[in-house]
Amino acid sequence: MLAVNFLLLAAVLFCIGVFGVIARRNAVLVLMSIELILNAVNLNLVAFALMNNNIEGQVFALFVIAIAAAEVGVGLAMVLMIYRNRKSIALDELSEMKG
Amino acid sequence: MLLAANDVNVAMNIGFGIIATVMIFAAFSVVTTKNVVHAALYLVLVLAGVAAQYILAAAEFVAVSQVMVYIGAVMVLFLFGIMLTRAQIGAEDGLNNSGWQLGIPVGVILFGLLAYVIIDAYEDDVIGERQPFPTEELSDQILSPFLVPFLAVSFVLLAAAIGAIVLARKD
Repeated sequence: MLAVNFLLLAAVLFCIGVFGVIARRNAVLVLMSIELILNAVNLNLVAFALMNNNIEGQVFALFVIAIAAAEVGVGLAMVLMIYRNRKSIALDELSEMKG
Repeated sequence: MLLAANDVNVAMNIGFGIIATVMIFAAFSVVTTKNVVHAALYLVLVLAGVAAQYILAAAEFVAVSQVMVYIGAVMVLFLFGIMLTRAQIGAEDGLNNSGWQLGIPVGVILFGLLAYVIIDAYEDDVIGERQPFPTEELSDQILSPFLVPFLAVSFVLLAAAIGAIVLARKD
């Protein structure tokens, strides 16, 4: 298997995730796009572990999975709180902090 | 050229290609569909594809963790989030920003840059046949050189759980 296969697939996933973060207005969908980005990075880490025959990449991938789980938990709690206060989770309406 | 290089395992390349096609289609659907629940279900497809790629990349333990954590736990969280924010049943308008077209050039340029750099650096490096890494090697790594980060991650998870309860509690 060529080394570029995994890396190009991860690059495609990463760019789709970046597009989702920019394009989406619904906060839950933005969190899903962030999951796409994190998975692309994980795929890269595992591919590098395979290429260099060094297991540390898989260790980092496991850490990223744990941090991503924590991130989704806190992120969805924040989305729920925003929904409860404003009856909407459209991100472009959250502009009170604008200077 | 990319998916079927010679002197490498052809079956593995074909499997990679099929899974990669499904993943890219599903990822594209996640960011373009008009139905929030469908986006979550397409995300399951992407995550399962990533787990399958981990198995192809000889990382069984990471693949099993991916299935348990992402498909088991994170997707349930997402579905709860969708239900509790009362997403419409069926297609919904206004899921995209007004200037969402801006994302297309950003994504395309970013991909062009990444693809150029990757192909430039790894032109035709071939990954040879590898035995799967034994899981005990992974646990040796986590529990001796990476012990401090591992404990730190457990504290992060504890703090995140408590923080999520505090944020989402009604009072």
